[in-house]
Amino acid sequence: MVGLISALILIPLAGAIALYIGQPKNARTVALIFNALSAFYALLLWQKFDATAPGLQIAERHAWIPSIGAEYLVGVDGLSLLLVLLTSLVFPFAFCAQRLERGACALMLVMQAALYGTFTAQNFVLWFLFYEMSLIPAFLLIKIYGGENRDFAAVKFFIYTFFGSVAMLLAFLGIYFAKGTFDFATLAGLGKSGLLTGNLKWFAFAGIFLGLAVKVPLFPFHTWLPDAYQTAPTGVSMVLTGGLSKMGVYGFIRLLVPLFPNEIKIAGPWLLALVVCSIVFAPLAAWAQRDLKRMVAYLSINHLGYCLLGLFAITARSTSSLIDTQAALSGVFLQIFNHGITAAALFYFVGLLEQRRGLRGIDDFGGLMQRTPLLCGWMSVAMFSSLGLPGLNGFIGEFLIFKGSFAVAASVTAIAVLGLLFTAVTFMRAMQSLFGGPLVESCSGFSDLIRSEKLVIVPVTLLMFAIGILPQFIFNIFNATVTHMARLFA
Amino acid sequence: MPTLSMLLVVSAALFCIGLLAALSRRHAIFILIGIEMMLAAANLNFIAFWRFAPQPAPPTGVMVAIFAIAIAAAEAAVGLAMVIAVYRHFRTTNVDQLDQLKG
Amino acid sequence: MNSWITSNVWLIPAAPILAALLILAFGKAARRAAAPFAVIGQLTALTMSIFAFVPTLHSHGFRSVQNFTWFTFGEQTLRIGFVLDPLAAAMLIMIALVGLCIFVFSIGYMAEDKNFSRFFAYLSFFSGAMLGVVIANSLLLLFVFWELVGLASYLLIGFWIERPSAAAAAKKAFITTRIGDMGFFLGILWLYHRSGTLLFYDGGRGCLESVGLLALGASATFIALLIFCGAAGKSGQFPLHVWLPDAMEGPTPVSALIHAATMVAAGVFLVARVYPIFLVGAINGVTPSLTVVVWIGVATGLMAALIAVAQFDIKRILAYSTVSQLGLMMVSLGVGGVAAGIMHLLAHGFFKALLFLGAGSVIHGCHHEQDIRKMGGLRRLMPVTFSTYAIGMMALSGVPFFFSGGWTKEEILHATSQWPRSHIPYYLMLVGVFLTALYMTRQIIFVFFGNRRAASEHVHESPGVMTIPLIVLAVCAILFSVVLTPAWPWLENYLTGYPARFDPHLLIQPMIIVSLALVGAGVSLGIWMYRRAAGSDPIQQAQPALFRFLENKMWIDEIYDRTVIALAAIAARFSDWMDRYVWDGLVRGVGAIGHFLARLTTGADERVINAGVDEGTVGAHGFGRLMSRRHSGQIQTYLGAIALGMLALVLLYAWLG
Repeated sequence: MVGLISALILIPLAGAIALYIGQPKNARTVALIFNALSAFYALLLWQKFDATAPGLQIAERHAWIPSIGAEYLVGVDGLSLLLVLLTSLVFPFAFCAQRLERGACALMLVMQAALYGTFTAQNFVLWFLFYEMSLIPAFLLIKIYGGENRDFAAVKFFIYTFFGSVAMLLAFLGIYFAKGTFDFATLAGLGKSGLLTGNLKWFAFAGIFLGLAVKVPLFPFHTWLPDAYQTAPTGVSMVLTGGLSKMGVYGFIRLLVPLFPNEIKIAGPWLLALVVCSIVFAPLAAWAQRDLKRMVAYLSINHLGYCLLGLFAITARSTSSLIDTQAALSGVFLQIFNHGITAAALFYFVGLLEQRRGLRGIDDFGGLMQRTPLLCGWMSVAMFSSLGLPGLNGFIGEFLIFKGSFAVAASVTAIAVLGLLFTAVTFMRAMQSLFGGPLVESCSGFSDLIRSEKLVIVPVTLLMFAIGILPQFIFNIFNATVTHMARLFA
Repeated sequence: MPTLSMLLVVSAALFCIGLLAALSRRHAIFILIGIEMMLAAANLNFIAFWRFAPQPAPPTGVMVAIFAIAIAAAEAAVGLAMVIAVYRHFRTTNVDQLDQLKG
Repeated sequence: MNSWITSNVWLIPAAPILAALLILAFGKAARRAAAPFAVIGQLTALTMSIFAFVPTLHSHGFRSVQNFTWFTFGEQTLRIGFVLDPLAAAMLIMIALVGLCIFVFSIGYMAEDKNFSRFFAYLSFFSGAMLGVVIANSLLLLFVFWELVGLASYLLIGFWIERPSAAAAAKKAFITTRIGDMGFFLGILWLYHRSGTLLFYDGGRGCLESVGLLALGASATFIALLIFCGAAGKSGQFPLHVWLPDAMEGPTPVSALIHAATMVAAGVFLVARVYPIFLVGAINGVTPSLTVVVWIGVATGLMAALIAVAQFDIKRILAYSTVSQLGLMMVSLGVGGVAAGIMHLLAHGFFKALLFLGAGSVIHGCHHEQDIRKMGGLRRLMPVTFSTYAIGMMALSGVPFFFSGGWTKEEILHATSQWPRSHIPYYLMLVGVFLTALYMTRQIIFVFFGNRRAASEHVHESPGVMTIPLIVLAVCAILFSVVLTPAWPWLENYLTGYPARFDPHLLIQPMIIVSLALVGAGVSLGIWMYRRAAGSDPIQQAQPALFRFLENKMWIDEIYDRTVIALAAIAARFSDWMDRYVWDGLVRGVGAIGHFLARLTTGADERVINAGVDEGTVGAHGFGRLMSRRHSGQIQTYLGAIALGMLALVLLYAWLG
């Protein structure tokens, strides 16, 4: 009997195979059907999940390669479940964004399976397998279906992230030879007293850090991202930002912080400096972009920077109190979820504009408010959500992160607040330029949101409002996990 | 009473005649005869060295000579058979024309 | 009913917000229903505000608090709540009433706009957000509504977004106030960190109550100043005032709403709300943070009053007068006159709304002409507008006895003169009062007196839907003074929590004389200077350089353009450049090194290793050919070779012995 989580991983894979063998005419519909099925399983998982228990749940454990300590161990805690739900949400959203070819649909489904696996695997070998498995479809999607400059962007994306992965793999081999296990829980238990000794621990730390920092990405390892996001098809960009970038943050929470608590304390100031650079320079660079997709890509770096700000602030200082740790962790978790929805929505809207105009430069549009008020209105909601307007989902996560980090790293937080300002400036400029002013000739034939587009955007926007106004249902997923982790970290 | 050196001189002469025959004659059978002569020279040497060794000596020289004569007989038989076979195939026994084995 | 409303005070902002959502949900189909929805929403809010006002009268120092948990994170809970106290109740009524007048006025003013329903949705949302600010019992909840007010103002200032100037003004307003809000946000974080709660009142544990304030310690000054950053942004205090005059790009009712009831009032209200934090560690009522408030207020008040003298746009004059009055209120708060400041805020809400709506009526009548030099002689053509406008002008100028503004201004002057630290603010404010009277006289002479000019042709009085709100507001501006007089300082005592006593002897105070003299001087100078000015300004002719300096708003916008904005733009370009060339350059550099190494090994492979093997095989092959040529197949040659070899061996043997 296949377990719930295994089924969740297998469904998209089955979908990919079905697309490959069956060669159906309407590949997107088939993909969406499989997505509906996996979403149903994700909801089933949520329903079975006991929100009050902190540890691993609904676990499945099978022997795999005992000689190297690799086993098939999947399970969920609050964080994993949150990310599984996010994945189940972002993929259908992305499939709706664009009519993709059969091959692209199949690759997306493979990537979805890999994401489910990454977020539930609890053994390094298995985790790493899924982690790398997500990379290949992403590479192919950019390389085959991307826009201008796709070959360069795809190769850069692949080599850069692969380089990080290799560093991480080497680090883990070092840990394995020292400790003889790949199990996350066991390693986390050993982490407190120090996994490794001497220079080796710094090499291992640097290896894992590099692998994850490239994935997130953290400044200055981010330069693959604007190229990749810019050239990828809309749906793929949505998945890259909504799903793949979360793997890095997830890795930081699941691996680096529990495994190297002491090293993080020593390296803390440097890590925080990098995070602040991410937060401040990325929106500044976004401000200077002419290409809307590239602009959104840069803002994505900024938002993931907030996640890492919260995480590093509480782990880098030994003085952080339990309250602040819980605040920051909750904020980080919420921000992961929020960014997944909001950034995907922004890419979706840029995609809509691109479909209508054929171009996506910020100067290619103007006066849209007169022609397509609904499109502008809903797009503004996504933008305001991204810039952290209260009442929408972005605000609470950011508030909690800043609350947690201010207590331990006030000066860093004060600088990071500038990021909020620059994000606002960037969006304000975009809105002024896209929506304001007289209607540009080339935009005068635009159609406003059609019914199928409304059907996609309205539920997502309502979710943004729901999280912004009554966020308790999201917090319930991970409160026990936060409490547990906070005690571990503090 | 012959001396060892006398015998050796005879043996060397016999060897040289045999070698000359083997090198200069064109007919395969003559070459075989030359080879047989060289073998005879060698046998003579064996017997001579055995005869002039300090007595009593084990009969090794005689044994080798007998053994060599037996081999020579067998070799002559094989050699002649081959010559006949070659002749049947090439219609000649002139070794100058028999250069199929050249590299 | 009364107790019901005190425990459900959140319904007051909910009513207009619900109206806004309904209008938006019905979209264009709701064009006819939009205005009734909005007005009903606002009317509901007003009714409930009055019901909420009643219980606050019963006992002095009344305060009703409902706190609840917003969400639980980890094991912590974040609590927010609503509060109803005299400050909130007074503000509620003012906002709801002024808002209602503006809504009704808008029905006439915006009648022909194609986005009529959207306009009312935004207006309702704006009003609801502001009502929320007033009743929030948590700094976080206040910030939430605060930002929503900012959003609403953005939407409304940019309502005619097809005009590039409106889009730019909206952006400017949002970003400028957000700069202040970032400081506010940090202040919230700091306060939360120190006191562990963001609730104002929580049965003794709130951050404005003794325990919470004690926990702040020395950081109170910085927290207060950071919060003041937010207030300065919203209330248009120097140096963040630049958005306020540009906000005139919005439709005139919006200007009225922003400048009277909602947005700018929020900053002053915020300072009043968290006043205990400003007061932590006060000696004689003076703290460093309050001193900063005073000086910022004085600078703002005087600067704006000076600029107002040299403006020609009817709305810009009013905009700068708002900035100036806000400075006045800040000064009042800074010197300790909290009640006086709030009273002026309330009074200002009425008469400034009156003035803006009056200006709107004039603009409407003049076919959207806003330059006062082109108006003139409207007194006869628009009698209702003129008379109500005159009442507003006198209230703003601070004419004593009959107009609300006079009493409150006199209170503020009184409080300022008592400030122990310095008397300079007092004298500077006297100048400000004088200037206010001057520029208002100038405006009214230009617009309503003299001969008709270009824009005054075909002018007609506005319809009843626009004039009735004017009359209501004018009546309010006068009647409001009843509760303000020193003889019966009911409102002041209501706000401070002391019972009021009627004492007619206090009616005449020395400050009244000073005030009267200044206003008189200002008005007479104004009349004397501008009475013959037909479409041109006498100061402009006498002092062109000075006038240009003031007309161009002291070039503050230009200075910002050249410094802050230019710097930020350069920083953006720099970040982009760093990304493209330095960080990405590093990555490409590493890639190039890899590529170079690959070429190097390829070269070594092809040129050295492969070539060696090739050479070896070629050599072996050649040698083999050479050797095979020796194999002639001539058996006698072979034999000869053997013989020669043997000979050589024999010779070698012989030679070696």
